[in-house]
Amino acid sequence: MIDEIQKNLLREVADLDSLPVGAYNIRANGEKAARETTENIDIVTKEDKNGIDIIIKPFTKNESVHIPVIISESGLKEVVYNDFHIGEGANVVIIAGCGIHNCGTQSSEHSGIHSFYVGKNATVRYVEKHYGSGDGTGENIMNPTTEIYMEEGSHMEMETTQIKGINSTVRHTTAKLGAGATLIVKEKIMTHGTQLAETDFVVDLDGDGSSTNVISRSVAKDKSHQIFKSNIRGNASCHGHTECDAIIMDDATVAAIPEITANHIDASLIHEAAIGKIAGEQLIKLMTLGLDEKEAEEQIVSGFLK
Amino acid sequence: MLELRNISFSAETENGTTKDILKDISLTIDERFVAITGPNGGGKSTLAKVIAGIITPTSGQIILDGEDITGLSITERARRGVSFAFQQPVCFKGITVKDLITLASGRKIGVSEACQYLSEVGLCARDYINREVNASLSGGELKRIEIATVLARGTKLSLFDEPEAGIDLWSFNNLIKVFENMHEKKGGSILIISHQERILNIADKIVVIAGGELSRIGTKEEILPELLGKAGSVACPTLSEKVV
Ligand SMILES: Nc1ncnc2c1ncn2[C@@H]1O[C@H](COP(=O)(O)OP(=O)(O)OP(=O)(O)O)[C@@H](O)[C@H]1O
Ligand SMILES: [Mg+2]
Repeated sequence: MIDEIQKNLLREVADLDSLPVGAYNIRANGEKAARETTENIDIVTKEDKNGIDIIIKPFTKNESVHIPVIISESGLKEVVYNDFHIGEGANVVIIAGCGIHNCGTQSSEHSGIHSFYVGKNATVRYVEKHYGSGDGTGENIMNPTTEIYMEEGSHMEMETTQIKGINSTVRHTTAKLGAGATLIVKEKIMTHGTQLAETDFVVDLDGDGSSTNVISRSVAKDKSHQIFKSNIRGNASCHGHTECDAIIMDDATVAAIPEITANHIDASLIHEAAIGKIAGEQLIKLMTLGLDEKEAEEQIVSGFLK
Repeated sequence: MLELRNISFSAETENGTTKDILKDISLTIDERFVAITGPNGGGKSTLAKVIAGIITPTSGQIILDGEDITGLSITERARRGVSFAFQQPVCFKGITVKDLITLASGRKIGVSEACQYLSEVGLCARDYINREVNASLSGGELKRIEIATVLARGTKLSLFDEPEAGIDLWSFNNLIKVFENMHEKKGGSILIISHQERILNIADKIVVIAGGELSRIGTKEEILPELLGKAGSVACPTLSEKVV
C-alpha cells in the first residue's frame, strides 16, 4: 500500500498523482509495490539479484514505462539492477526517478544500476529525477550508474534532474555508440547545505557518424561541492560536444574536469566549461524591475535550471 | 517630478587617478518628454544610472516627488516608480521573454497581455514570447524587448538610454508613437537619451551634457538649431587637418 509520504515522493519524482498509464513498476522501501505490463512491454523480476528486466518489443511505438523508486524507511540501503532491452525501431519514453523521505537518524541509500541496450534505429527518451525530503538527521544518498549501449542509428535522450534534498550523489554514466547513433544528455543539478554531487560521463563514439552532446547546468549554494567530469572519446568519424555551465554562490565550490580524446582523424570534439557567480548586470536588471536581490537571484537560478 | 541637485560622480581609473565623470549637475524633470543628448562619453548613461540607483553619486541629491531618494537602493527606486531601459540590454540564460515581461509588470499576466507589449514595440509576439532572452536574439530585438519591459512596468518616470540604437527605420516611426502612447496612458515623465534629431524633435526640453557637465538646457527651438549648426565642427582637430 502507498501512504501519503510515498504519494508525495511519487509526485516529485514522476509527476504522478495516480497510477501511470502504460507499463510501470513501482518499488517502495525495497519491495515491489505495483506493476503493470502491456502487450509490448514486459517487466520481469531478476532471479539472481535485486532488480528488473524491462523488455520492449521491436517497433513498439509511443509507449511509456514508469519505474519510480521511493524510500520512506530511514536507514534502508539498497542496490538495484534495472536492465532495459529496447527492441529495434521502438520509440518509447522511460520515466525513472528516486525519492527518499528520511525523518530518521540513519542514512538511506539507493544505488540504481541501469543498463540500456538500445536496438537498431530505436528512439528512447529517458527522464530521471532525484529528490529527497524529511527532517531527520539521516542522510539521503543516491549513487546512480548508467550504462548505455547504442546500436546503429539509434537515438537516446537522457534528462537527469537533482534539485533538492540529496546529501550525496556520485553518478557514473558510460555510453558506447554504434554507427550513426546519437546520445544527448541534459543534466541539471542544484546543491545546497553541505551536499556533494559528482558526475562522471564517459562516452565512446565508436561508430562512423555517431554523435553526442552532453550538457550540464548546475547551481552550487551554501557550502556544497560539485565535481563534473566528462570524457568523450572519438574513435571514428564522429561529433562530440560537452558543455558544463555552473553558477557558484556563497561558499560553494565547483570543479569541472573535461577531457576529450580523438582517436580518429575525422573525430571532431568540443568541450566548453564555465563556472562563475551570477552576473552582476543580470541582478541589476531584475532589480530595476522592482525585485530585491534575493528575488532576483531566485529568478536567475530557476531560469537557469529550467 | 525629478530633481537632481549638484550631482557629481568620480571614478578610479586603471592607473590610479580619479576621473570626474559628472560635474555638479542640477536639473529638474517635470515635462512629458525630456531628451538628453551630447557627445559620446559625455556622461549621459552615467547620469541615467545615477537616477536609477545603479551608480551612487560622489555628492549631490536626487529628489523624486519631494522625497530624497539618494540613499535608496535600485529596488526601492524601482518600486517608487523609476524604470530604466539599458543602452546595452542584459542577456540571461533560461529566462524567457514572457518571464521578463511578467517580472516587469510585477504581477501574473497572461500570454495575451505580454504579447500586447511586444506588439507595441513591433515584434510579432508569437515568435518571441517563448524565446530565451539571450544573445541568439538580434541587437534590435533585444533593444525592443528592453523597451517592452519598461512599457509593462508603466511607471511615472521612465528612462530610455538610446532606445533607437539598432532599430530599423520602419520601426523608428512607431517608436515615437510608443512614447506618445505611453505618456497618454500613464502620464509622468519620459527621459530619453538620444542622438537622433527626430527624437529630439518631440522633446519638450533638451539637455546637452558634454564632458560631464550640463552644457545647455532649453526648448528644442532654443537648442536644436545650435546643435545642428555645430555638427561637423566638433570633429577631432587632427582628423579635420588630415582631411584638409
Ligand atoms: N567606472 C568607470 N571608470 C572609469 N571611467 C568610466 C566609468 N564609467 C564611465 N566612465 C567614463 O565616463 C565617461 C562617460 O560615460 P557614459 O557611458 O556616461 O557616456 P555617454 O554619454 O553615455 O556616451 P555614449 O553616447 O557613447 O553612450 C566615458 O568617458 C566613460 O569611459
Ligand atoms: Mg551612453
